[in-house]
Amino acid sequence: MRLIKRIGEWFDHRLQLAAPIREAAEHPVPRSTASWFYVFGSAALTVFILQVVTGILLALIYVPSAGEAWSSLQALNHQVALGWFVRAMHGWGSNFMVAIVLIHMAQVFLFGAHKFPRELTWVIGVFLLLMTLGMAFTGQVMRFDQDAYWGLGIGASIASRVPIIGPAVVKLMLGGPIIAGATLSRFFAMHVFVIPGLLIVFVSLHVLMVLKLGINEWPMPGRIVRRATYEVQYHALTKEDGAPFVPYAIWKDMFFAAFIILAVGACAFYFGPFGPTGQPDPTIIQTAPKPDYFFLWLYALLSLLPPSLETPFLLICPPLVILGLILLPFLSGEGEKSWKRRPLAVVTVLMIAITLGTFTRLAQFTPWSPHMNAWSGDPVPDRYIRGTTALERQGALVFQVKQCRNCHSLENTGGQRGPALDSVAVRLTQDQLIRQVIQGGGNMPAYGNNLSPAETTALVAFLETLHPATQNPARDAARELVLSTGQLKTSGTEP
Amino acid sequence: MATKPATSPSPETTLSRRGFLMKLGILFNGFAAMVLAVPVVRFLLASFTRGRGNGYLSWVPLGNVGNFPEGETRMATFRSPFVMPTDGKTVDTACWVRRIAGDRFQVFAINCAHLGCPVRWFPQSGLFMCPCHGGAYYRDGGRASGPPERGLFEYPYRIDNGVLTIDAGQLPTPGDPVANISSEKPPCA
Repeated sequence: MRLIKRIGEWFDHRLQLAAPIREAAEHPVPRSTASWFYVFGSAALTVFILQVVTGILLALIYVPSAGEAWSSLQALNHQVALGWFVRAMHGWGSNFMVAIVLIHMAQVFLFGAHKFPRELTWVIGVFLLLMTLGMAFTGQVMRFDQDAYWGLGIGASIASRVPIIGPAVVKLMLGGPIIAGATLSRFFAMHVFVIPGLLIVFVSLHVLMVLKLGINEWPMPGRIVRRATYEVQYHALTKEDGAPFVPYAIWKDMFFAAFIILAVGACAFYFGPFGPTGQPDPTIIQTAPKPDYFFLWLYALLSLLPPSLETPFLLICPPLVILGLILLPFLSGEGEKSWKRRPLAVVTVLMIAITLGTFTRLAQFTPWSPHMNAWSGDPVPDRYIRGTTALERQGALVFQVKQCRNCHSLENTGGQRGPALDSVAVRLTQDQLIRQVIQGGGNMPAYGNNLSPAETTALVAFLETLHPATQNPARDAARELVLSTGQLKTSGTEP
Repeated sequence: MATKPATSPSPETTLSRRGFLMKLGILFNGFAAMVLAVPVVRFLLASFTRGRGNGYLSWVPLGNVGNFPEGETRMATFRSPFVMPTDGKTVDTACWVRRIAGDRFQVFAINCAHLGCPVRWFPQSGLFMCPCHGGAYYRDGGRASGPPERGLFEYPYRIDNGVLTIDAGQLPTPGDPVANISSEKPPCA
């Protein structure tokens, strides 16, 4: 024991780190900050360290070459002992990291921790969020499979829309004219060297500022932040009602960090690694690429925005959002900290959470995408065929063969791109059905060039049978009137 | 010793010799950085400065004209003209070839004009459908529905000794002028 102490003293005589470390560890923090609400920052740091460790482990096997990355992932999954587990830890770790960073950000905002004098801590936090998302996107490319390949195409298509410099940006991003070896290599360099290096620098600054400026005290309604008085009040608070950070507050951070690591491990163990899906071979086009969950909301948004709004939205909104986040602590650097007195802040966080959640949920079952195999895979339900005429059955055949089913569902099977047709006859009259089929409209292609008159007649005859037994099909009353008056007239003139 | 304060001026008013040397050192390092920056920047921008020269876009064969029946649309694959040793399968690219009649063709990029996902051809309904965001196109490549703002990208083509050849080698993206080369209206739908 004495030997260890002496060795320690020998080192500290040369390093002289013990005193500053002890000072940092034992600096007084307001007692109220020893809260389970204050554990997300350290949890994010924990997951980041976990990502660095599992990332280095993966790099022992992974080959960042477009020709071999996919097979090296297969080797990790199937050949290397517990390679699958390390991959799963890294993949789930990234999901956890994005989630924890977002929760941390929401908590900081709701507790007013971005206000004076912690503006710069917030701004660096915004950069950390962007880098985390950058790691998530480049990490998805590392899993060099079909999703990664076509995901890069989506990224390139978005980047190309930047006015004037777009095409150059695309070539810079791809490292050449197409998505190929150079693309993977440069995303590897970003994912493994550039962004992690920046992350380490910015995380260090972030933590340093938390130490220098002190942990945000628990916000009390009515305790107003003013630039002139805040720091004096904070120091008084840490003196009167303070406690050393270690061990008074840190034990909760430690428990939560261990819990998060175990949670990542449990998810990795039970759900396994993500992919890889099919090979990144651009000639295999039977694929429906999808981003990882943290970008699903964007995927949904890109499907649902009106086409004309898409490019402006993509190019204008992200810079505005980032600018807004950076300016936030300068626009509201003073005033109430407590969420109880900041209803707008609470509503904003809720709105963003609900919006992102809804879009993410939608993107999980992609109602906007045609079901490519519905026309041959999902039969017309029996009850729609029973008791129909030959013409109507022929129409049902046309309905399937012309792939109407890829976008229109019957009894909840088939595509959801267009409306379900189970009761279409109630909504549209015969004339309207014919017009819709031939000319298209709304979001439907025109089939006039692709259906013979006989096929159209049969199809519309079938569609007219699609109504609930208790409801009559729609009819054009005026047409009947016109036709019957015409008959009356002819019958009237005849005698 | 006694004469020194008289000869050396105070550092606040004039530049000392050491101070001057330090500034010269900074300048010298700045010069070295600039000299180094030229090749570094050139290297970083290589992927698009190279495009101005030869290489990225060139004529690649898709196969004999006879492989493409009249009135049908078929998938063809070609190898990108610009290949690096680590590219693996990624340099193989697919495209849709529509032979209208005789020597009249339309060659469409596989990439959706919305965000580049691979579109699939459905001969029964005469539509190209995109699996990502639900874009659809008619057989002549015109926009039918969904989020795309335009029709499918087309490659310029020519026929060399009975071989269908296209001018390709670059990922077609909505903002790229190269992708809009062949945008004249096709003869029939």
